[in-house]
Amino acid sequence: MNLRTTFLAAAIGTLALPAMAADLTVKITNLTQGIAFTPLLVAGHDSNTRLFTPGTAASANLQAMAEGGSVAGLAGDVTGAGGVVAENPAGGLLMAGKSVMTDIDTGANTQLSVVAMMLPTNDGFIALNNLTIPTTPGTYTYNLNAYDAGTEANDEVRGSGNPGEAGFPVPGALDASVGTGGTGVNAVAEGFVHIHRGSLGDTSSDSGVSDINSSTQRWLNPVARVTLTVK
Amino acid sequence: MTDLFKRRAGLASVLAASVLLSGCFGDDDDNDSSPSTYAYEVTVLNLTAGQPFSPLALIAHNAQYSAFSVGEAASTNLEYLAEGGSNSQILDAVASNDNVHTSLGGNGAIAPGSSQTLTIELMEEDFSSAYLTVLTMMVNTNDAVVAARGIKLSDLAVNGYHRLNAIAYDSGTEANTETAATIPGPAGGGEGFNAARDDYMNQVTAHTGAVTSDDGLSTSALTQLHRWDNPAAVITVKRTR
Repeated sequence: MNLRTTFLAAAIGTLALPAMAADLTVKITNLTQGIAFTPLLVAGHDSNTRLFTPGTAASANLQAMAEGGSVAGLAGDVTGAGGVVAENPAGGLLMAGKSVMTDIDTGANTQLSVVAMMLPTNDGFIALNNLTIPTTPGTYTYNLNAYDAGTEANDEVRGSGNPGEAGFPVPGALDASVGTGGTGVNAVAEGFVHIHRGSLGDTSSDSGVSDINSSTQRWLNPVARVTLTVK
Repeated sequence: MTDLFKRRAGLASVLAASVLLSGCFGDDDDNDSSPSTYAYEVTVLNLTAGQPFSPLALIAHNAQYSAFSVGEAASTNLEYLAEGGSNSQILDAVASNDNVHTSLGGNGAIAPGSSQTLTIELMEEDFSSAYLTVLTMMVNTNDAVVAARGIKLSDLAVNGYHRLNAIAYDSGTEANTETAATIPGPAGGGEGFNAARDDYMNQVTAHTGAVTSDDGLSTSALTQLHRWDNPAAVITVKRTR
Protein backbone atom coordinates (compact mmCIF):
# COMPACT_ATOMS: atom_id res chain seq x y z
CA MET A 1 0.00 0.00 0.00
CA ASN A 2 2.77 2.38 0.93
CA LEU A 3 4.58 1.56 -2.27
CA ARG A 4 1.43 2.22 -4.24
CA THR A 5 0.92 5.62 -2.58
CA THR A 6 4.50 6.58 -3.34
CA PHE A 7 4.06 5.73 -6.99
CA LEU A 8 0.88 7.75 -7.13
CA ALA A 9 2.56 10.74 -5.56
CA ALA A 10 5.43 10.49 -7.99
CA ALA A 11 3.04 10.33 -10.90
CA ILE A 12 1.16 13.40 -9.73
CA GLY A 13 4.44 15.23 -9.30
CA THR A 14 5.46 14.40 -12.86
CA LEU A 15 2.13 15.43 -14.27
CA ALA A 16 2.14 18.72 -12.40
CA LEU A 17 5.61 19.67 -13.60
CA PRO A 18 4.80 20.97 -17.11
CA ALA A 19 2.39 23.53 -15.74
CA MET A 20 5.12 25.09 -13.60
CA ALA A 21 8.12 24.82 -15.91
CA ALA A 22 9.05 24.64 -19.54
CA ASP A 23 11.80 22.09 -19.79
CA LEU A 24 13.28 22.56 -23.24
CA THR A 25 16.04 21.25 -25.43
CA VAL A 26 17.10 23.80 -28.01
CA LYS A 27 19.17 22.65 -30.97
CA ILE A 28 20.63 25.38 -33.16
CA THR A 29 21.98 24.54 -36.62
CA ASN A 30 24.12 26.94 -38.64
CA LEU A 31 22.73 26.38 -42.14
CA THR A 32 25.17 28.64 -43.96
CA GLN A 33 28.05 27.61 -46.15
CA GLY A 34 30.62 30.09 -44.87
CA ILE A 35 29.26 32.22 -42.03
CA ALA A 36 30.21 31.59 -38.39
CA PHE A 37 27.95 32.44 -35.46
CA THR A 38 29.54 34.15 -32.46
CA PRO A 39 28.46 33.02 -28.94
CA LEU A 40 24.73 32.26 -28.92
CA LEU A 41 22.23 33.58 -26.44
CA VAL A 42 19.22 31.37 -25.74
CA ALA A 43 16.73 33.26 -23.59
CA GLY A 44 13.45 32.38 -21.94
CA HIS A 45 11.55 35.52 -21.02
CA ASP A 46 8.12 36.97 -20.41
CA SER A 47 5.93 38.62 -23.01
CA ASN A 48 6.96 42.11 -21.88
CA THR A 49 10.61 41.49 -22.72
CA ARG A 50 12.08 41.67 -26.21
CA LEU A 51 15.68 41.58 -27.35
CA PHE A 52 14.76 43.82 -30.28
CA THR A 53 11.85 45.05 -32.34
CA PRO A 54 12.19 45.21 -36.13
CA GLY A 55 11.71 48.70 -37.49
CA THR A 56 13.01 50.39 -34.37
CA ALA A 57 16.50 51.33 -33.21
CA ALA A 58 18.61 48.61 -31.59
CA SER A 59 19.43 48.81 -27.89
CA ALA A 60 23.06 49.30 -26.89
CA ASN A 61 23.16 45.69 -25.75
CA LEU A 62 21.78 44.41 -29.04
CA GLN A 63 24.40 46.55 -30.79
CA ALA A 64 27.18 44.99 -28.71
CA MET A 65 25.96 41.53 -29.72
CA ALA A 66 25.50 42.37 -33.39
CA GLU A 67 28.75 44.25 -33.91
CA GLY A 68 31.08 42.34 -31.65
CA GLY A 69 29.39 39.13 -30.52
CA SER A 70 29.09 40.07 -26.86
CA VAL A 71 25.89 38.65 -25.36
CA ALA A 72 26.58 39.62 -21.72
CA GLY A 73 24.52 42.80 -21.90
CA LEU A 74 21.50 41.13 -23.44
CA ALA A 75 21.77 38.26 -20.97
CA GLY A 76 21.71 40.80 -18.14
CA ASP A 77 18.62 42.42 -19.63
CA VAL A 78 16.82 39.08 -19.69
CA THR A 79 17.77 37.88 -16.22
CA GLY A 80 17.07 41.33 -14.80
CA ALA A 81 13.52 40.99 -16.09
CA GLY A 82 13.04 37.58 -14.48
CA GLY A 83 14.07 35.53 -17.48
CA VAL A 84 16.57 32.71 -17.81
CA VAL A 85 19.41 32.32 -20.28
CA ALA A 86 21.75 29.75 -21.74
CA GLU A 87 24.83 31.72 -22.71
CA ASN A 88 27.34 30.56 -25.28
CA PRO A 89 26.27 26.89 -25.50
CA ALA A 90 28.71 26.28 -28.38
CA GLY A 91 31.64 27.48 -26.27
CA GLY A 92 32.69 30.02 -28.88
CA LEU A 93 32.01 30.08 -32.60
CA LEU A 94 29.35 27.83 -34.12
CA MET A 95 30.90 27.16 -37.50
CA ALA A 96 29.02 26.78 -40.79
CA GLY A 97 27.02 23.58 -41.04
CA LYS A 98 27.46 22.73 -37.37
CA SER A 99 24.87 22.26 -34.63
CA VAL A 100 24.80 22.70 -30.88
CA MET A 101 22.22 21.60 -28.35
CA THR A 102 21.41 23.06 -24.96
CA ASP A 103 18.87 22.36 -22.23
CA ILE A 104 17.03 25.26 -20.66
CA ASP A 105 14.29 25.35 -18.06
CA THR A 106 12.39 28.52 -18.84
CA GLY A 107 10.25 28.25 -15.73
CA ALA A 108 7.15 30.42 -15.93
CA ASN A 109 8.52 32.38 -18.90
CA THR A 110 6.38 31.88 -21.98
CA GLN A 111 8.67 33.27 -24.69
CA LEU A 112 11.89 32.08 -26.30
CA SER A 113 14.49 34.10 -28.19
CA VAL A 114 17.80 33.08 -29.76
CA VAL A 115 20.40 35.48 -31.18
CA ALA A 116 24.01 35.44 -32.36
CA MET A 117 26.16 37.66 -34.54
CA MET A 118 27.07 36.44 -38.02
CA LEU A 119 30.72 36.67 -39.12
CA PRO A 120 31.83 38.05 -41.47
CA THR A 121 29.19 40.77 -41.37
CA ASN A 122 29.27 44.24 -39.85
CA ASP A 123 26.15 43.94 -37.70
CA GLY A 124 24.25 40.96 -39.02
CA PHE A 125 22.70 38.50 -36.60
CA ILE A 126 20.47 35.45 -36.55
CA ALA A 127 17.31 35.68 -34.52
CA LEU A 128 14.41 33.71 -33.23
CA ASN A 129 12.48 36.64 -31.86
CA ASN A 130 9.93 36.27 -29.10
CA LEU A 131 8.57 32.83 -29.96
CA THR A 132 5.65 31.72 -27.80
CA ILE A 133 6.87 28.39 -26.44
CA PRO A 134 4.51 25.55 -27.39
CA THR A 135 2.94 23.94 -24.34
CA THR A 136 2.28 20.57 -25.94
CA PRO A 137 5.24 18.22 -25.58
CA GLY A 138 6.85 17.48 -28.92
CA THR A 139 9.50 18.57 -31.38
CA TYR A 140 9.13 21.79 -33.32
CA THR A 141 11.31 23.22 -36.09
CA TYR A 142 11.82 26.89 -36.87
CA ASN A 143 13.81 28.51 -39.69
CA LEU A 144 15.65 31.68 -38.66
CA ASN A 145 16.36 34.69 -40.85
CA ALA A 146 19.30 37.09 -40.82
CA TYR A 147 18.71 40.55 -39.39
CA ASP A 148 20.76 43.74 -39.60
CA ALA A 149 20.98 45.69 -36.34
CA GLY A 150 21.14 48.95 -38.28
CA THR A 151 23.88 50.27 -36.01
CA GLU A 152 26.92 50.03 -38.27
CA ALA A 153 27.63 50.77 -41.93
CA ASN A 154 27.96 47.58 -43.96
CA ASP A 155 31.40 48.46 -45.29
CA GLU A 156 32.28 44.73 -45.42
CA VAL A 157 35.90 45.11 -44.37
CA ARG A 158 37.95 44.04 -41.39
CA GLY A 159 37.85 46.33 -38.42
CA SER A 160 36.56 46.43 -34.90
CA GLY A 161 34.07 44.50 -32.80
CA ASN A 162 33.60 47.43 -30.45
CA PRO A 163 30.21 49.12 -30.68
CA GLY A 164 30.32 52.18 -32.89
CA GLU A 165 33.65 51.32 -34.50
CA ALA A 166 33.77 50.48 -38.20
CA GLY A 167 34.43 47.08 -39.71
CA PHE A 168 33.98 43.60 -38.32
CA PRO A 169 36.20 41.61 -35.96
CA VAL A 170 37.99 38.54 -37.33
CA PRO A 171 38.71 35.85 -34.74
CA GLY A 172 41.71 33.65 -35.43
CA ALA A 173 39.60 30.72 -36.58
CA LEU A 174 38.18 32.84 -39.40
CA ASP A 175 41.35 34.68 -40.36
CA ALA A 176 42.22 32.47 -43.33
CA SER A 177 38.74 32.60 -44.87
CA VAL A 178 38.19 36.36 -44.64
CA GLY A 179 39.75 38.60 -47.27
CA THR A 180 42.05 41.57 -46.81
CA GLY A 181 42.67 44.82 -48.61
CA GLY A 182 39.08 45.66 -49.41
CA THR A 183 38.50 49.36 -50.02
CA GLY A 184 35.13 49.23 -48.29
CA VAL A 185 31.57 49.34 -49.53
CA ASN A 186 30.04 52.81 -49.43
CA ALA A 187 27.26 52.42 -46.90
CA VAL A 188 25.79 54.06 -43.82
CA ALA A 189 24.17 52.68 -40.69
CA GLU A 190 20.45 52.31 -41.32
CA GLY A 191 19.27 53.24 -37.83
CA PHE A 192 16.71 50.49 -37.30
CA VAL A 193 16.64 46.70 -37.05
CA HIS A 194 15.57 45.02 -40.28
CA ILE A 195 15.98 41.91 -42.38
CA HIS A 196 19.55 41.87 -43.67
CA ARG A 197 19.85 42.58 -47.37
CA GLY A 198 22.82 40.25 -47.70
CA SER A 199 26.43 41.02 -48.42
CA LEU A 200 27.87 42.16 -51.74
CA GLY A 201 31.28 40.57 -51.34
CA ASP A 202 33.70 40.21 -54.20
CA THR A 203 35.85 37.54 -55.82
CA SER A 204 39.23 38.84 -54.61
CA SER A 205 40.82 37.72 -51.34
CA ASP A 206 43.30 40.62 -51.17
CA SER A 207 41.76 43.56 -53.01
CA GLY A 208 38.42 44.73 -54.37
CA VAL A 209 35.74 46.53 -52.45
CA SER A 210 34.92 43.88 -49.81
CA ASP A 211 36.77 41.46 -47.53
CA ILE A 212 33.79 39.10 -47.84
CA ASN A 213 33.77 36.34 -50.47
CA SER A 214 30.83 36.77 -52.81
CA SER A 215 30.36 33.04 -53.30
CA THR A 216 30.98 31.27 -50.01
CA GLN A 217 30.19 34.01 -47.47
CA ARG A 218 26.84 35.09 -48.83
CA TRP A 219 23.57 33.53 -47.77
CA LEU A 220 19.91 33.24 -48.53
CA ASN A 221 17.42 32.98 -45.71
CA PRO A 222 17.02 30.90 -43.68
CA VAL A 223 20.47 31.03 -42.12
CA ALA A 224 19.77 28.90 -39.07
CA ARG A 225 17.35 26.29 -37.85
CA VAL A 226 16.13 25.82 -34.30
CA THR A 227 14.80 22.42 -33.34
CA LEU A 228 12.86 22.82 -30.11
CA THR A 229 11.93 19.84 -28.00
CA VAL A 230 9.30 20.53 -25.35
CA LYS A 231 9.44 17.81 -22.72
CA MET B 1 20.01 -10.79 -56.05
CA THR B 2 21.03 -9.53 -52.67
CA ASP B 3 18.65 -6.60 -53.08
CA LEU B 4 15.77 -8.90 -53.87
CA PHE B 5 16.57 -11.01 -50.85
CA LYS B 6 16.65 -8.00 -48.55
CA ARG B 7 13.34 -6.74 -49.87
CA ARG B 8 11.74 -10.13 -49.37
CA ALA B 9 13.20 -10.46 -45.90
CA GLY B 10 11.88 -7.03 -45.02
CA LEU B 11 8.44 -7.88 -46.31
CA ALA B 12 8.41 -11.17 -44.42
CA SER B 13 9.24 -9.52 -41.13
CA VAL B 14 6.55 -6.90 -41.64
CA LEU B 15 4.03 -9.61 -42.38
CA ALA B 16 5.10 -11.53 -39.30
CA ALA B 17 4.51 -8.41 -37.24
CA SER B 18 1.06 -7.94 -38.70
CA VAL B 19 0.21 -11.53 -37.82
CA LEU B 20 0.99 -10.81 -34.21
CA LEU B 21 -1.10 -7.68 -34.21
CA SER B 22 -4.12 -8.66 -36.22
CA GLY B 23 -4.08 -12.40 -36.44
CA CYS B 24 -4.72 -12.39 -40.19
CA PHE B 25 -2.20 -13.41 -42.78
CA GLY B 26 -1.30 -11.61 -45.99
CA ASP B 27 -0.20 -12.87 -49.35
CA ASP B 28 3.58 -12.87 -49.64
CA ASP B 29 3.65 -13.46 -53.38
CA ASP B 30 5.44 -10.44 -54.86
CA ASN B 31 3.82 -10.91 -58.26
CA ASP B 32 0.35 -10.77 -56.84
CA SER B 33 0.34 -7.09 -55.93
CA SER B 34 -2.19 -6.58 -53.19
CA PRO B 35 -3.96 -3.23 -53.56
CA SER B 36 -2.17 -0.25 -52.07
CA THR B 37 -4.42 1.28 -49.51
CA TYR B 38 -2.90 4.74 -49.39
CA ALA B 39 -2.14 7.12 -52.24
CA TYR B 40 -0.65 10.62 -52.22
CA GLU B 41 -0.53 13.22 -54.95
CA VAL B 42 2.76 15.07 -54.69
CA THR B 43 2.91 18.37 -56.58
CA VAL B 44 6.13 20.33 -56.94
CA LEU B 45 5.88 23.91 -58.23
CA ASN B 46 9.13 25.48 -59.44
CA LEU B 47 9.18 29.03 -58.03
CA THR B 48 12.42 30.13 -59.66
CA ALA B 49 12.95 32.45 -62.62
CA GLY B 50 15.56 30.47 -64.48
CA GLN B 51 16.37 27.20 -62.75
CA PRO B 52 14.77 24.11 -64.32
CA PHE B 53 14.39 21.24 -61.85
CA SER B 54 15.78 17.81 -62.70
CA PRO B 55 13.43 14.78 -62.60
CA LEU B 56 12.14 14.39 -59.06
CA ALA B 57 13.11 11.71 -56.60
CA LEU B 58 10.28 10.87 -54.17
CA ILE B 59 11.18 8.62 -51.27
CA ALA B 60 8.68 7.37 -48.67
CA HIS B 61 10.45 6.15 -45.57
CA ASN B 62 10.35 5.68 -41.83
CA ALA B 63 11.86 8.00 -39.21
CA GLN B 64 15.27 6.30 -39.45
CA TYR B 65 15.97 7.38 -43.04
CA SER B 66 17.43 10.72 -44.03
CA ALA B 67 18.60 11.58 -47.55
CA PHE B 68 21.22 13.91 -46.06
CA SER B 69 22.11 15.82 -42.91
CA VAL B 70 23.24 19.45 -42.73
CA GLY B 71 26.88 19.53 -41.65
CA GLU B 72 27.65 16.04 -42.93
CA ALA B 73 29.12 14.92 -46.24
CA ALA B 74 26.60 14.04 -48.94
CA SER B 75 26.36 10.43 -50.10
CA THR B 76 27.69 9.67 -53.57
CA ASN B 77 24.14 8.86 -54.64
CA LEU B 78 22.98 12.33 -53.60
CA GLU B 79 26.02 13.77 -55.40
CA TYR B 80 24.82 12.19 -58.66
CA LEU B 81 21.52 14.03 -58.26
CA ALA B 82 23.03 17.30 -57.01
CA GLU B 83 25.72 17.63 -59.67
CA GLY B 84 24.13 15.96 -62.65
CA GLY B 85 20.40 15.87 -62.02
CA SER B 86 20.38 12.07 -62.12
CA ASN B 87 17.89 10.47 -59.75
CA SER B 88 18.54 6.86 -60.73
CA GLN B 89 21.46 6.22 -58.37
CA ILE B 90 19.66 7.32 -55.22
CA LEU B 91 16.42 5.62 -56.26
CA ASP B 92 18.28 2.37 -56.95
CA ALA B 93 20.00 2.62 -53.58
CA VAL B 94 16.86 3.19 -51.53
CA ALA B 95 15.13 0.23 -53.21
CA SER B 96 17.17 -2.05 -50.96
CA ASN B 97 17.03 0.14 -47.85
CA ASP B 98 14.93 -1.41 -45.10
CA ASN B 99 13.98 2.05 -43.82
CA VAL B 100 12.45 3.01 -47.17
CA HIS B 101 8.89 1.97 -47.95
CA THR B 102 8.73 2.96 -51.60
CA SER B 103 10.15 5.46 -54.07
CA LEU B 104 9.31 7.05 -57.37
CA GLY B 105 11.14 8.98 -60.08
CA GLY B 106 9.79 12.08 -61.80
CA ASN B 107 8.58 12.47 -65.34
CA GLY B 108 11.16 14.75 -66.95
CA ALA B 109 12.37 18.18 -65.91
CA ILE B 110 10.16 20.88 -64.35
CA ALA B 111 10.56 24.24 -66.03
CA PRO B 112 10.58 27.49 -64.02
CA GLY B 113 7.02 28.42 -63.18
CA SER B 114 5.76 24.92 -63.96
CA SER B 115 4.65 22.12 -61.71
CA GLN B 116 4.49 18.37 -61.85
CA THR B 117 2.23 16.00 -59.95
CA LEU B 118 3.13 12.41 -59.19
CA THR B 119 1.17 9.82 -57.26
CA ILE B 120 3.01 7.69 -54.78
CA GLU B 121 1.33 4.69 -53.18
CA LEU B 122 1.92 3.25 -49.76
CA MET B 123 1.24 -0.20 -48.40
CA GLU B 124 -1.10 -0.34 -45.44
CA GLU B 125 1.54 -1.72 -43.08
CA ASP B 126 3.86 1.22 -43.83
CA PHE B 127 1.34 3.98 -43.20
CA SER B 128 1.87 4.54 -39.48
CA SER B 129 5.59 5.25 -39.86
CA ALA B 130 5.59 7.05 -43.19
CA TYR B 131 7.43 10.23 -44.12
CA LEU B 132 8.15 11.66 -47.54
CA THR B 133 11.36 13.15 -48.91
CA VAL B 134 11.38 15.14 -52.17
CA LEU B 135 14.65 15.87 -54.00
CA THR B 136 15.49 17.68 -57.24
CA MET B 137 18.48 19.53 -58.68
CA MET B 138 18.47 23.11 -59.88
CA VAL B 139 20.20 22.23 -63.12
CA ASN B 140 21.79 25.64 -63.80
CA THR B 141 24.00 25.30 -60.73
CA ASN B 142 27.02 23.30 -59.69
CA ASP B 143 25.38 21.23 -56.97
CA ALA B 144 22.18 22.78 -55.66
CA VAL B 145 19.41 20.50 -54.42
CA VAL B 146 15.89 21.64 -53.63
CA ALA B 147 14.74 19.37 -50.86
CA ALA B 148 11.97 18.75 -48.38
CA ARG B 149 12.55 16.00 -45.88
CA GLY B 150 10.44 14.29 -43.28
CA ILE B 151 7.00 15.34 -44.53
CA LYS B 152 4.67 13.33 -42.33
CA LEU B 153 2.24 11.17 -44.26
CA SER B 154 0.57 9.30 -41.43
CA ASP B 155 -1.32 12.31 -40.07
CA LEU B 156 -3.28 12.96 -43.27
CA ALA B 157 -6.91 11.93 -43.69
CA VAL B 158 -8.22 11.35 -47.20
CA ASN B 159 -8.23 14.72 -49.01
CA GLY B 160 -6.03 16.21 -46.29
CA TYR B 161 -2.82 17.83 -47.44
CA HIS B 162 0.43 19.42 -46.35
CA ARG B 163 1.76 22.43 -48.25
CA LEU B 164 5.25 23.66 -47.52
CA ASN B 165 7.99 25.87 -48.88
CA ALA B 166 11.24 24.16 -49.83
CA ILE B 167 14.66 25.77 -49.83
CA ALA B 168 17.79 25.07 -51.85
CA TYR B 169 20.67 23.21 -50.25
CA ASP B 170 24.26 23.00 -51.43
CA SER B 171 25.37 19.38 -51.48
CA GLY B 172 28.93 20.46 -50.68
CA THR B 173 30.36 18.19 -53.35
CA GLU B 174 31.38 20.66 -56.07
CA ALA B 175 32.76 24.19 -55.85
CA ASN B 176 30.33 26.84 -57.05
CA THR B 177 32.52 28.07 -59.89
CA GLU B 178 29.45 28.58 -62.10
CA THR B 179 31.61 27.96 -65.19
CA ALA B 180 29.90 26.56 -68.28
CA ALA B 181 32.02 23.42 -68.09
CA THR B 182 30.60 22.57 -64.66
CA ILE B 183 26.93 23.49 -65.14
CA PRO B 184 24.94 20.61 -66.69
CA GLY B 185 21.80 22.64 -67.37
CA PRO B 186 21.06 24.63 -70.51
CA ALA B 187 22.91 27.69 -69.18
CA GLY B 188 26.17 25.74 -69.23
CA GLY B 189 25.85 22.48 -71.12
CA GLY B 190 28.79 21.18 -69.16
CA GLU B 191 29.66 18.24 -66.97
CA GLY B 192 27.28 16.64 -64.50
CA PHE B 193 28.59 14.18 -61.96
CA ASN B 194 32.26 14.26 -61.09
CA ALA B 195 33.46 12.13 -58.19
CA ALA B 196 35.95 14.79 -57.04
CA ARG B 197 34.94 16.69 -53.91
CA ASP B 198 36.22 20.23 -54.30
CA ASP B 199 33.56 22.35 -52.60
CA TYR B 200 34.29 24.98 -49.96
CA MET B 201 33.63 22.33 -47.33
CA ASN B 202 32.61 18.72 -47.91
CA GLN B 203 29.26 19.04 -46.14
CA VAL B 204 25.64 19.82 -46.94
CA THR B 205 24.51 23.36 -46.07
CA ALA B 206 21.89 25.78 -47.22
CA HIS B 207 22.80 27.26 -50.60
CA THR B 208 24.28 30.74 -50.77
CA GLY B 209 22.56 31.47 -54.09
CA ALA B 210 24.08 32.12 -57.50
CA VAL B 211 26.58 34.98 -57.86
CA THR B 212 26.43 35.20 -61.70
CA SER B 213 28.46 37.21 -64.22
CA ASP B 214 26.10 40.14 -63.74
CA ASP B 215 27.27 40.40 -60.14
CA GLY B 216 31.00 40.29 -60.69
CA LEU B 217 31.85 36.60 -61.08
CA SER B 218 33.38 37.05 -64.52
CA THR B 219 33.88 33.34 -65.19
CA SER B 220 30.25 32.52 -64.44
CA ALA B 221 28.07 31.15 -67.24
CA LEU B 222 25.05 32.31 -65.28
CA THR B 223 23.26 35.66 -65.51
CA GLN B 224 20.91 37.57 -63.27
CA LEU B 225 18.10 35.35 -64.58
CA HIS B 226 19.58 32.32 -62.82
CA ARG B 227 19.54 33.83 -59.36
CA TRP B 228 16.82 32.79 -56.95
CA ASP B 229 15.66 33.32 -53.43
CA ASN B 230 14.06 30.93 -50.99
CA PRO B 231 11.58 29.40 -51.11
CA ALA B 232 12.60 27.70 -54.34
CA ALA B 233 9.58 25.42 -54.56
CA VAL B 234 6.16 24.83 -53.12
CA ILE B 235 5.41 21.21 -52.39
CA THR B 236 1.87 19.97 -51.84
CA VAL B 237 1.25 16.45 -50.60
CA LYS B 238 -2.39 15.42 -50.73
CA ARG B 239 -3.73 12.07 -49.64
CA THR B 240 -6.21 10.82 -52.21
CA ARG B 241 -6.89 7.31 -50.92
